[in-house]
Amino acid sequence: MIRDITLGQYYPGDSKIHGLDPRTKIICTFAYIISLFLVRDFLGFAITVAFLSYTIFLSKVPLKFIFKGLKPIFFIIIFTFTVNMFMTKGETLVEIWFLTITKEGLYNAFFMGLRLILLIIGSSLLTLTTKPINLTDGIERLLSPFRKIGVPAHELAMMMTIALRFIPTLLEETDKIMKAQMARGADFETGNLLRRAKSLIPLLVPLFISAFRIAQDLAMAMEARCYRGGDHRTRMNAMRFHWRDALASFAMIGFIAIILLQAYVF
Amino acid sequence: MPIQVKNLTHIYSEGMPYQTVALEDISFELADGSFVGIIGHTGSGKSTLIQHLNGLLKPKSGNILVDGLDITDPSVKLRDIRQTIGLVFQYPEYQLFEETVEKDIAFGPLNLGLSEEETAERVKEALELVGLSYEEIGQRSPFDLSGGQKRRVAIAGVIAMRPKVLILDEPTAGLDPKAHKDILRLIRTVHREERNTILLVSHNMGDIAAMTDKVLVMHKGRMVMEGTPREVFSKTEQLIVMGLELPPSSKFTESLKCRGIDLAGLPLTIEEAEREIAGWIGKQ
Repeated sequence: MIRDITLGQYYPGDSKIHGLDPRTKIICTFAYIISLFLVRDFLGFAITVAFLSYTIFLSKVPLKFIFKGLKPIFFIIIFTFTVNMFMTKGETLVEIWFLTITKEGLYNAFFMGLRLILLIIGSSLLTLTTKPINLTDGIERLLSPFRKIGVPAHELAMMMTIALRFIPTLLEETDKIMKAQMARGADFETGNLLRRAKSLIPLLVPLFISAFRIAQDLAMAMEARCYRGGDHRTRMNAMRFHWRDALASFAMIGFIAIILLQAYVF
Repeated sequence: MPIQVKNLTHIYSEGMPYQTVALEDISFELADGSFVGIIGHTGSGKSTLIQHLNGLLKPKSGNILVDGLDITDPSVKLRDIRQTIGLVFQYPEYQLFEETVEKDIAFGPLNLGLSEEETAERVKEALELVGLSYEEIGQRSPFDLSGGQKRRVAIAGVIAMRPKVLILDEPTAGLDPKAHKDILRLIRTVHREERNTILLVSHNMGDIAAMTDKVLVMHKGRMVMEGTPREVFSKTEQLIVMGLELPPSSKFTESLKCRGIDLAGLPLTIEEAEREIAGWIGKQ
């Protein structure tokens, strides 16, 4: 049942992209997202698509997985596309009843839709090639300079790590409680919306109690091992930049330079 | 209500790279009113097997006949199966959710579609069977009770459905010795009063040896032994290979035998061991 749901979208591999330091990948992803908003025409997007395709090729992640990330936001893309198509004023192309499609509208719709798609694909490449734990580690290290102004970098990263760690545990717990209540005749599948919502109570109450129990046990176990936050903690696997991180950074800087030149100089 | 399990096979995550065969070609029979124990190392497939018996899991192949009715048939209503076969999971107290003990126990019977009166009557009876007083705790929150009491309330929740077959998955796990004894006593009482069939999964060989009249031994998804406790526990070496052991009483007399003390039998309970050793001392 619930056991079959795969979690996170990390695609295990040992490609050049997988091997990059998570910090490099996070910064490059940010730079990439910003560059998407610097692009002003379709030629700029053509350059972006070429750059992104090469990165995907290097990451060895099958295209099927890349496009799977688009599924949840499919409706947002359609929505953006439609709104742009009908709401932009300009030279009228087609008129259907009270709706008018303008030339500028059509252009905007494609432009925004493409931007959104490139945005999602680019950022999902980050989560596809980085283990969630490494990702939170990277975020922690990147945020650590801001600790001086009161950003709880370590605490944030620890919370994210713990949350990720406990998703499978809580799913297992849900499965167990669901089965136990089904053995007592609970029915989670039939009935109208209200009935179904009500039928979740026997599942949710024990689940919340379990979650609190697990949290308490974890806190106790962490304190028993003298956990006391981030200051002066060292790591077993310290993150190190390699030459390939430098290479990736140069590639990224080159890409942004080309985008800027294309958009604002020529 | 005999239960026949025929050539049951179950595979987890079939077709995925991490597929595992959880049950392989399992066949056995539960006679009416019998008290059967299942033993096996962790991961041997015990829990998977019992979830098949009340329809929570569907096998890949094989049949389960309850009174001649094949419950693996998709057209069979699961509600009818759960009415006849009750399943108490491990740590059943984690499934409590209602405001009062009474309401929690009533959950099962009400789901069966019983009337309010019938349910109220069953709740009282079930509480009594598990050795708790309805007047005292019926209106209390189940979360205020002690660990042992919670577990008894959870078991009462299944008993109130009056299953003809009651399956218990390690009902004594994590309890203190007194609560452990109380739970075993209540299982015996239920068996005697309701005259139902009981299937007990346990890691406690002493309990299995003392209580059951038939033992099934699971190992790596297969049923490797079947017989009376005496038959099963006399195959000591085979059990040890599978990571299982003897009941404490027989373990004790076995080590006495190793020291050259001439004892004949294989005592399954402390009392039997006591008699055996007293007899030996008398002879000396």
